Amino acid sequence: MGSTSAENHGTEGVGRRDLIKRSAALGLISVPTMSFLSACASSGGDDSGDKAKAGKKTAKNPLAVNDTAGMEFVLFDGGFGKEYAEDAVKIYEKNFPKVKVKFSATQKIQSTLQPRFNQGTPPDLIDNSGAEQMDMGVLVGKDQLTDLTPLLDAPSYDDPDKKVRDTLRPGIVEMGQFDGEKVWILYYAYTVYGVWYSQKALDSLDEQYPETWDQMLAVCAKAKKKGMAGWTYAGKYPYYIPFSLYPMIGKVGGREVLDAIDNLEPNAWKHPAVKACFEAYYELYKKGYVLKGTPGLDHIQSQTAWAEGKALFIPNGSWVENESANVIPDDFNLAVSAPTGLDSSDKMPFGTIWASGGEPFIVPAKAKNAAGGMEQLRIMLSEASSKNFTGKVKSLTAYNGGTDGISLTPGLKSGVAALDKAGDNVVNPRLQDWYVQLQKEKIGVSGLGEMMAGRLTPAEAIKKIQGFADEAAKDDSIKHYKHQ
Amino acid sequence: MQHGKYRFIVGFLALPLGLYALFVVWPFIQSIYYSFTDWTGLSPEFKMVGFDNYSRMLDDDIFWKSLQHSLLFALLLPVVTISLALFFAFMINVGGRKRRNGPVVTGVRGSSFYKIVYFFPQVLSIAIVALLFAFAYNPDSGAINTLLRGIGLGDVQPLWLGDPDLALWAVMAVLVWSTVGFFVVLFSAGMASIPAEMYEAALLDGANRVTTFFRVTLPLLWDTVQSGWVYMGILALGAESFAVVQIMTTGPGGPDYSTTVMVLYVYQKAFRDGQAAYATTIGVALLVVTLAFAAVVMRLGRRERLEY
Repeated sequence: MGSTSAENHGTEGVGRRDLIKRSAALGLISVPTMSFLSACASSGGDDSGDKAKAGKKTAKNPLAVNDTAGMEFVLFDGGFGKEYAEDAVKIYEKNFPKVKVKFSATQKIQSTLQPRFNQGTPPDLIDNSGAEQMDMGVLVGKDQLTDLTPLLDAPSYDDPDKKVRDTLRPGIVEMGQFDGEKVWILYYAYTVYGVWYSQKALDSLDEQYPETWDQMLAVCAKAKKKGMAGWTYAGKYPYYIPFSLYPMIGKVGGREVLDAIDNLEPNAWKHPAVKACFEAYYELYKKGYVLKGTPGLDHIQSQTAWAEGKALFIPNGSWVENESANVIPDDFNLAVSAPTGLDSSDKMPFGTIWASGGEPFIVPAKAKNAAGGMEQLRIMLSEASSKNFTGKVKSLTAYNGGTDGISLTPGLKSGVAALDKAGDNVVNPRLQDWYVQLQKEKIGVSGLGEMMAGRLTPAEAIKKIQGFADEAAKDDSIKHYKHQ
Repeated sequence: MQHGKYRFIVGFLALPLGLYALFVVWPFIQSIYYSFTDWTGLSPEFKMVGFDNYSRMLDDDIFWKSLQHSLLFALLLPVVTISLALFFAFMINVGGRKRRNGPVVTGVRGSSFYKIVYFFPQVLSIAIVALLFAFAYNPDSGAINTLLRGIGLGDVQPLWLGDPDLALWAVMAVLVWSTVGFFVVLFSAGMASIPAEMYEAALLDGANRVTTFFRVTLPLLWDTVQSGWVYMGILALGAESFAVVQIMTTGPGGPDYSTTVMVLYVYQKAFRDGQAAYATTIGVALLVVTLAFAAVVMRLGRRERLEY
């Protein structure tokens, strides 16, 4: 290192200083975090041609699964745990007694599986979820996934006269498509998004859930008098706000406004409905109805403040019941509602709600036993497995029904009721699975987050967000999708 | 004895150099190679795209923001951390008043206790430190705002990590807190090896603490300070800044990209957006910045070595 006259004299200077110098030199070379990237560098592995042979197609085995071939299943071990999948694996092993399923659960989906995709040896079924979710757009764009149409057209597990496709909740099949007819993803859980609150707290204010924005403001004013904030949200992850804001935009301006936004059409965000809804939310901030300090809270902290009764409403998804179970008081009486609209001139009725699939399951294109992976999914989509899931983790599944005869928790019950009320008025904005960075960082953090913290006016926020959307539309390093 | 000297040295160095080439140099070359492709990191297929990634990087606002923040980290953090550490180390080892019958050069009262206190954060993993401070910065129930309320400053309730003007400073403060102890110990070791006679001579000549520090301690400690400087700069550009930003400002890099740093951006591009090739491009830029930083510090810090 240039500073000293290179040589060491005698033994005196060798110890400490040289050690430091050497370690600094080492750090200099090794710290730039690139080498770890190359650790998973592609080795260009080809199809080794050892795919499992098809088995015999029978009524009980419509996907012609090879009854001796092994099957590997990697599950995201998140909020829903792994028990439900283990139970389903047991059924697979019972149906194919000669097979031992290789099952594993991890939170590190990407770090575990990215190298295996690169080597062309992925497992047969993956729950690609969690913070380390692999980018679906890229997987589809690079032909890494198996088309699940055969599964959807196979007879359902419970009723041979019904196709799997016909047993699913609305929107599930479409969500698995990107462009064209092929279905790449099967979302297993079914999430209800909306405004979550404590029925008990609302009762204590002598109020009903507000259906128009004037009523909303009145409820918030009343809450404020009692020392309770109207709203809080995950300030560090402001992309939770859309869970109630987007369906509100859909309700006010109609589905086509949301579709235009998803399609990244020019000036989609400048629609009057978007402006009206942004202004409505901004008013919450202006009038001091948002819990103080909210922009600095993360999702857990804001949910905790809300569960403690510091705020009345929070935009969230149905996982909140499981996630906040330990802070929600027993008599909380958790409930969800479709978002409040503006007034009676809204295009869609009150009850319009955002509900869509969660926990995306995929079968890799290079899987050795793709039929086995699909068969495992078919088992999971049976009524019994679906009920098992709902009973264990307080969440609905893609299987339509399967809630009879099990005792539903308050939040889940309220979610089911909200879905019944919504009927066909379920909207499904796709930005969050089509354009992750645009939705989370740009629209969420830099747009909505800044507006709700009072650092942008609604007009400025819209202009900024439209700019982000135009940028994304022009960026050819990301794949673009359109509503069919 | 000169004859065959180099062959002798090479013989000993072959194995470590080989390992070094395989595990350090080769990944670098690979990374640079991948930065010219459109590799996604999710499939083995890719093709060469020339300088596309580089021209895209130059047009990328977030890249420039992250570069700006990384440079701020690399310039400011070493100054603050090393100045603080030098001050503390000096007070612990040399700065004390002479006590009757005691040694001439001594630290302030209770210095061995302070040494442990300063070093303590070093024992904690940076991830834990970041988490602890994320709780402390909670504007609603965190320790800092509670303290402010407690001393009657209830109106001053900053959003800390939620405020784009404060977030970066809040994150930097945590890094200073967690690394200063290491340098206190490092500089203490350096000061311990400075002969006591030098201090005695200075004291006899009537030098006060400030003079002693600038005329005796700092010059004799210069090599250590300089190494520490480079080391801290690299930490600030690399691993440590990644950990605090990723954990404390959660994901996107703070409100309105106010805390995005280059390493975080590399990680996000590679492991969230499926753009591994672009990530390696930013990695190459980070390499250039790191090397330039080290070169500048070495150049500016060059001075005559003092022998003693």
